[in-house]
Formats: sequence, C-alpha cells, structure tokens
Amino acid sequence: MSCFRAENLSLHFGGLKAVDAVSFAVEKGEILSIIGPNGAGKSSIFNLISRIYRPTAGKIFFEDQDITEVPAYGIARLGIARTFQNIELFENATVLANLLVGRHRHSATRLWQEFLFLPSVRRAEKEHRRRVEQVIEFLDLEPYRDKLISGLPYGVRKVIELARALCTEPKLILLDEPSSGLNVEETDDMSFWIRDMKSELGITVVMVEHDMSLVNRVSDRVIALNYGRVLAMGTPAEVQGHPDVIAAYLGV
Amino acid sequence: MRFLFKTDYDDDIRLLPHSGYVFSYGTLLVLLVIAPFVLSSYLVSQLVFVCIYATVGVALLILTGFTGQASLGHAAFLAIGAYTATYLQQFGVPFELYFLAAGLLSGIVGAIVGFPALRLQGIYLVIATISFAFIVEEILARWESVTRGNEGMRVKTLQLFGAAVPRDSPAFYFLCLAVLILTIVGTLNLLRSPTGRAFVAIRDSETAARSMGINVSLYKVKSFAISAGITGLAGCLFAHKLSFISPEMFTLQLSIEFIIVILIGGTFSLHGAVLGAIFIVMIDPFLTYLKDDVPGMIGNLAAAFGAGSERAGHIQDSVAAAASANGLKGAIYGIIIVLFVLFEPLGLYGRWLKIKLFFQLFPLYKRATFKRQKLYVKSERNR
Repeated sequence: MSCFRAENLSLHFGGLKAVDAVSFAVEKGEILSIIGPNGAGKSSIFNLISRIYRPTAGKIFFEDQDITEVPAYGIARLGIARTFQNIELFENATVLANLLVGRHRHSATRLWQEFLFLPSVRRAEKEHRRRVEQVIEFLDLEPYRDKLISGLPYGVRKVIELARALCTEPKLILLDEPSSGLNVEETDDMSFWIRDMKSELGITVVMVEHDMSLVNRVSDRVIALNYGRVLAMGTPAEVQGHPDVIAAYLGV
Repeated sequence: MRFLFKTDYDDDIRLLPHSGYVFSYGTLLVLLVIAPFVLSSYLVSQLVFVCIYATVGVALLILTGFTGQASLGHAAFLAIGAYTATYLQQFGVPFELYFLAAGLLSGIVGAIVGFPALRLQGIYLVIATISFAFIVEEILARWESVTRGNEGMRVKTLQLFGAAVPRDSPAFYFLCLAVLILTIVGTLNLLRSPTGRAFVAIRDSETAARSMGINVSLYKVKSFAISAGITGLAGCLFAHKLSFISPEMFTLQLSIEFIIVILIGGTFSLHGAVLGAIFIVMIDPFLTYLKDDVPGMIGNLAAAFGAGSERAGHIQDSVAAAASANGLKGAIYGIIIVLFVLFEPLGLYGRWLKIKLFFQLFPLYKRATFKRQKLYVKSERNR
C-alpha cells in the first residue's frame, strides 16, 4: 500500500502551468526528494498537498483515501505535517508554545472545560507537554524552551519548525528545503535527523531540496521536475545521470 | 534576580509561578477589598468604572491582542449587553438570569459578526466593525418599542439574592470586582489551554496555524463570540452603574476608548487591560482639573511674572476657553494613541517590565536591550 499518491496533479495560474499532470507515489517509510531548478513547481506541489492551493485538475490520495477536497486544517488531522521554505513560526510566542500548537490535533478538551481549567484539562496539558519534551530531546532543543521565537537565530528556527511538525505525530512529513540557510554542520545534523525520523519514528518523508549532497545522503528515491513536469524518477544516482536532468540544470 | 528550579510540568502551568506573585497579588486583593471602606465614594465609583473598563479590555485583548483581529465595534457589544439587561429587568427577570442573557445574546451577535469578518483583515476588518457599531447605534435609536429610542431607558436598582444593591454601594463594587477577577482567571485559563494557543497561532501565522490542524475560521468566530460575550456581561454592569442608558452613550468614541485601554496598557498581557482602564478612567478627573484649576493657576502665574491684571485676566480666559473647548477629549485621545504607538508600542505594562529588568540586571543593563530592529525572514507569500 502506498502511503501517498498523486494522480495527474495540475495547478495552472492562467496560462502558466506551475504543476502539469504530475503523478507519483510515495511508499510507506521511504524518503523521497523532489529536486528541480527554481520555479519548477516543487513548492507548489507541497502547497497543493497541504491544500493552500486548490488543484486545477487531478487527485491526491493519502493511505488510499481521496483527500483532494479535505480542508487545509483537515490535512494535519489525517497525519500529514509540513515545514515551510521561509519559516512560518508563531513569532511572538515561546518555543514551548509553538511546539504545543503542534499538539493541537490531539487535543479534545472543550471550551468551557478550558475556561475552568478542570483537572481533565490539566491532565491533557501534562500529557501534551510530555510528548513535546520527547521531541525537544530528539532534536536537542533543551536550551530554547522558554525563549521567544523572534529572538532566535535562523538555524534554530529551522529546527523548531521541524520540531513543531514532529509534535503533530505525523505519518507523512513534508519538508520544504530543510537545509536552506543552514551551515555545513547544521546541514549534517539535519541529515541525521531526517534519517532518524525514518528509522526511529517510522515517518515517511517527502522533501524539496537543492543541496544535492544532502539529497544523495538521505533519499531512497528522487523526482526531478522542470516547468511543472516530471523529468526523471529513480534512485539519486539514476536521476543525476539522466540526460534530461543534466540538460535542465546546465541548460545544454 | 530569582531563579526557579522546576521539577514538574505543573511549574509551567501554574498561574502564580512563585511565592513572590502570591504575596503581591494577595496584597493587591486585600487592598481592593478594604478600598470601599477607606476611600471616598467618588473614588470607589471610579474604581467601579475601572473594573468595568478592564473587563471590556480583557475581552478586547482576547480578540485583538491574542487573536489579532482588530475591532472598533465593542461599544455595540456593550450596548447589546446593557439593553438586553435593562429590557429583561422591566419584566421582573432576576439579575442572575438577565446578567447571563446579556452575555449570551451579545456573544451570539459577536459570532454572527465574526462570520463576515473571516474574509477581512487589518484595516478592512476595522471598517467592518465600525459599520456594525453604527448599525447597532441606529437600531437602538429607531426601535422605539423596545429601546424607547433616543429618550433612553431608566435602569432599576439591582436586586441580588433578595437584597437591593444600589449602584454606589460597596456591594456593587464587589460585584464588579468579582466579575473582573473571574474574567481574568477564566481568560488566563483559556490562554494556557489549546484554544488560547490556537488564538495566538492565528495571530502570528494563519497559514502555519492551518497546517497544524487549526480550523482558523472556527477559532476566529469563537474568539469573536467569547470577546463579545464578556463585553455583554460588562454592559449589564455598565447599565446598572449609569442607571440610565441611551443610544448616544455607545458611540464610536467609546469603542476608541476601549482600543486605547489595551493600546496604552499593552496588548500582550492581561495586565495591560487593567493599567489601561485605570489610565482612561483617570482622564475625566484630569480634564475637570484642567477646566477648573489650571486657568486660574496660569492667570496667577502670569500676574506673578509681571503681566498687568487686565492682561493676566485675558490669558486666564483664553486658557479656560481652550480647556473647555469641544472635542478636547478626542484630541487628547488622539495624541495619546500617536505617542504610545511611536514611543512605547508595548504599552504601560511593557514599560513596567523594562523598568523591572533594569533593576534586576543593575548595573549590567544594556541600553540596546529593547531597541527595535527589523528582521527580514518572514514570508508574506502564503497569506
């Protein structure tokens, strides 16, 4: 059973075909990278999956369930989490608050209970906190718990965004350029975490990435896109050797 | 500086993190309880207004400060609460019931206003809420069979548990204080649970909130409803305090006063609502002082500096004219807003935190600690 499947997915802005009849499947427990030059439609595919955009045509399936019409907030409840290319954190809240928002899909307390902060709410809060602490430990975020996001450096924010996505306990995680803006050491950490996510937490990973060394190190399969179309699909070595991919990157 | 050693997740959930808080808030509570027995009736009456304004301020903070949805229509929610209470009181409905009804009806109207507001952001939302306030004001003036139009309505003395509670009695003050404290505690509870975090998430990034599974529309409507509901409760007390209500009491100026309450107090903490309420309630006595005493003082000063008696009298008259000019209040509000937005966007509470930090770090405080700087990392693309 495939974890995720896109069939003839298209997104047109007027005459511009940002994504043009793209089909692919993601197997459970694999790491799939999407590569391609700027404007190839990589992030658009992510935005289609997380329903920020509505597809012009085509369907998307998650665990063989059609999710093309699921509202944006419903995607996370199914178990799909994502990070953003330009970091979308809750700037004026603490790291802890940000991560606790990630637990939102698991909260079942009612408004009036929260207003009175009944023991049931307190119990649920402590359980959320316990889960969040596991993620904090997994990503080494202990020094930042009580810091405001607005005062943190870029590299740390990047990790916090990953942490927030992990707090939703996803089955599938979409990483939009996880290494952009990170230095070599931070990129190394990121590649370890991505592999650990797969092996320890059993999460399926789809990522958009430009850094080919990171792609080679972690991916099981790679998809190359250009002008919204799939150029090549296969192992990292196969895709990099593909003549169309070389042409797209070098413009030969 | 105090360092807390946390050993339990409860340490982060607790409303009063350590004994220092218990002591200072306990002292404040004791002072507030003995206040009506030592202060003059005028000051107690001002305290009642502080309580009511602070309640509305907390309500507005939930919506504007924490959910990020601006509203200039809160005078209308106050009016709905006040009129509902007064109307029901006529038919002998007990206080407990019409108090709740005022909050409930106002909350329902708030939810209805919240729906069109889902599609609006920033300045457009402000305009929409202003028009809502005008509509309500107009309805109150025209629907004479219920509201008696511009003649206004008399509010009878409050009856609670079979005893009369006159509007200038200590009991009424305690009632308002209790409502304020319950509102603050309830709101704090809300803010430390999933709903409050969802509000803050929507304020900071709707896209990210959505991708975390938050139903943004639902939570915006919830925020509107809660905010309007609390304002409605305050409206009921407001009506009793004034003992007479008419449409021209609930104008745009009142909505602006509420915005000033949170803007001056600080929009990031509930302390702001209380500090702002104290500030706004003290403006009226200040204006009276400006009218009554300042012209004489300046006239005397002019005389002392050698102006002739005729000239001094002239100066005194023109100062008096300026101090009692129409719209002086509005002008002062305007200046206050501009000055706070420019020089202290974090409000009085933010200033207090800075002063506190200065003494905590003394003598190592760095002047650039709160220097405002711009960061260019936030994306505007996925709005």
